[in-house]
Amino acid sequence: MISSFILAFIVGGLICVIGQLLFDVANLTPGHTLSILVVAGAVLDGLGLYEPLIDFAGAGATVPITSFGNSLTHGALREAEEHGIIGVITGMFEVTSSGISAAILFGFIASLIFRSKGRP
Amino acid sequence: MDQKTYSQLEQKMSPKVPLAGNLIRAFLTGGLICAIGQGIMYFYMYFFDFTEKTAGNPTVATLIFIVMLLTGFGKYKKIAQFGGAGSAVPVTGFGNAMISSAIEHRTEGYVLGVGGNMFKLAGSVIVFGVFAAFVVALIKTILVKFGVVGW
Repeated sequence: MISSFILAFIVGGLICVIGQLLFDVANLTPGHTLSILVVAGAVLDGLGLYEPLIDFAGAGATVPITSFGNSLTHGALREAEEHGIIGVITGMFEVTSSGISAAILFGFIASLIFRSKGRP
Repeated sequence: MDQKTYSQLEQKMSPKVPLAGNLIRAFLTGGLICAIGQGIMYFYMYFFDFTEKTAGNPTVATLIFIVMLLTGFGKYKKIAQFGGAGSAVPVTGFGNAMISSAIEHRTEGYVLGVGGNMFKLAGSVIVFGVFAAFVVALIKTILVKFGVVGW
């Protein structure tokens, strides 16, 4: 159990180091960096490499934004397996819905209870 | 002064990015967030019946809930200043982008301000994620149809 925390720490940390390298060395904006990482996650799942990483690192692979691309592809592939080409479109948000719905929900709740500080 | 000498001068004058320090801070911050995520995952696996495969979804939702509180009280900005990509790359950075733009544009009203601006920063992640997933899944589906690879 302790080792799984260490693995999550190391793998998650390394993915963030890749992000920091894209920030500092490639001089990309956060928006570009995150988009690249999401696309990378989607491609890795297409190659069948992301699931083994989740098995290996647990939250170290599911918490970084790359897992968002992975679960988009995953949902699309799962539906495609049942319904063919149509499933690629309909299954897209099947797995990944929790992150987006949580972000929308909590974003709206936050706008109800918090006020922005600093800027007028 | 033409453009080339200006950019050379700019490069000389602008402060050097402390790359090694940034990388270490990103590693520590990102690693810590993922380790906390691992803890939340175990919580859902032991107290609710989630398996290792399905516990990722409630974990992400819980992390975004924590980020809502941190963003609302202005603490996530401090984490981001320290951690750089370590705070932006985990799903918490995605949540922070959406929640902070929702709070910031609240003064413009709920429909046009909050609703319209929530995806301002986070939208690109969703757009490129969906498009990449579509292309990847389409290619794989076609390859399976022709029997090149299996599911």
